Amino acid sequence: MDIVNQTVAWLTDPAHWSGPNGIPVRLTEHIAISAVSLLIALAIALPIGLYIGHTGKHTTFAVNSANLWRALPSLAVIAIVLPITARIDPDAGFKIYPTIVAMVVLAVPPIMVNTYSGLAGVDRDMLEAGRGQGMNERQILNGVELPLAVPVIATGTRSAAIQVVATATLGAVFGFGGLGRYLVNGISQNDKGQIFGGVVLVAGLVLVTELGFAIAQHFLTPRGLRLENRSATAN
Amino acid sequence: MIDIDWAWMADHVDELVARTMQHLWLTLLAVGIGFFISFVLAIVAVRRRSTYGPILGISDILYTIPSLALFAALVSITGITLLTVMIPLVMYTLVIFVRNIASGFDSVPADVLEAANGMGYTRSQRLRRVEIPLAVPLIVAGIRLATVSTIGLVTVSAILGDTFGGLGFFILEGYRRSFPTELYFGAVPSILLAVVLDLLLIRVQRMITPWTKPASGTPPEMASV
Repeated sequence: MDIVNQTVAWLTDPAHWSGPNGIPVRLTEHIAISAVSLLIALAIALPIGLYIGHTGKHTTFAVNSANLWRALPSLAVIAIVLPITARIDPDAGFKIYPTIVAMVVLAVPPIMVNTYSGLAGVDRDMLEAGRGQGMNERQILNGVELPLAVPVIATGTRSAAIQVVATATLGAVFGFGGLGRYLVNGISQNDKGQIFGGVVLVAGLVLVTELGFAIAQHFLTPRGLRLENRSATAN
Repeated sequence: MIDIDWAWMADHVDELVARTMQHLWLTLLAVGIGFFISFVLAIVAVRRRSTYGPILGISDILYTIPSLALFAALVSITGITLLTVMIPLVMYTLVIFVRNIASGFDSVPADVLEAANGMGYTRSQRLRRVEIPLAVPLIVAGIRLATVSTIGLVTVSAILGDTFGGLGFFILEGYRRSFPTELYFGAVPSILLAVVLDLLLIRVQRMITPWTKPASGTPPEMASV
């Protein structure tokens, strides 16, 4: 297994763990750009999803436009933003903003649609019970709808995060760092160890992200719902 | 704001047409092969429940590998060939298809299956006349999703060099030459291609399955483009 040896050799070479192109730096860049993109996407998608889900207004428009956004190829989105940011801010803009914009575009639809459908899936009787107890609309949203929708919203956020971590590698095609750097450099230098080392690092980060979100999802889910799930699986 | 060289664009219309055709051809080939393989897999998964978990689990894992990583990894094994482009493209369609087709078959109510059995249908008759027609809405939704995400993935295949990449070729060459006109020459048409095909397939979806309400469909699920 030649490739396995080369990959292990590349990953264990101390020279690859230091300096500006070292694995710690690239990993940090990758995590930073993914986290920033996800936070911006949450800031956009959550309020819209909550509004649509709570009021039931504009649902068709929202779902259709989410579907359309989903169709946009990330590479093309980066390419479109690139000359604009390069013009605004020749140094920093060139490298990082286009990737962030493309990642936000990628992450907004799953979060928004899941927030909306999480709220829409809440039992009408629960809302009636809330109203019957004299809760106002805001209390119903915060105290009833939101907690009950948490599992669905968390699922959407998790799938958005995984896609962002995997797709942020594309930034390297346009000179941004991150783990994609090793893939792009590996291809141009025909260095198998570097390519597969990069693949292992990206796949590892995706798995850690998946695991992290699964744990967060468990603790964010209200205790009552967790118990319900457990008894449902027990049956 | 950005200087666009319209004359250059006019000079390269032939190339644009050729690259668009390549883009479409790669997309259709991948979606076609992916559909065929996953149809078989989905039937196996639904028929033999024990294979259901592993088949969906494996396709979930494949789904998390970035396309750039997969193209990069394959190029060192299969070289710059059609195979290197097709393996990742087909793989990502599999993930979407298996999931949608399997849940399409799953969505057929048990009563309906029992009624079909009661009417004396054999297993293959039941599959052809009852299960497949009832699974059509989710299958068509899967075709739409797979087509649109493959359009995006084809642009990424441009990192393999000039031979493939469809419209992605212009994006990468435009970047290498720091020539925004060419960047847009690839990016705008590939976005249009994705959007137009998406809208077209919504139409098809409504035509084939007029009884479903497309707006309230399942949340979109995407491939890592």
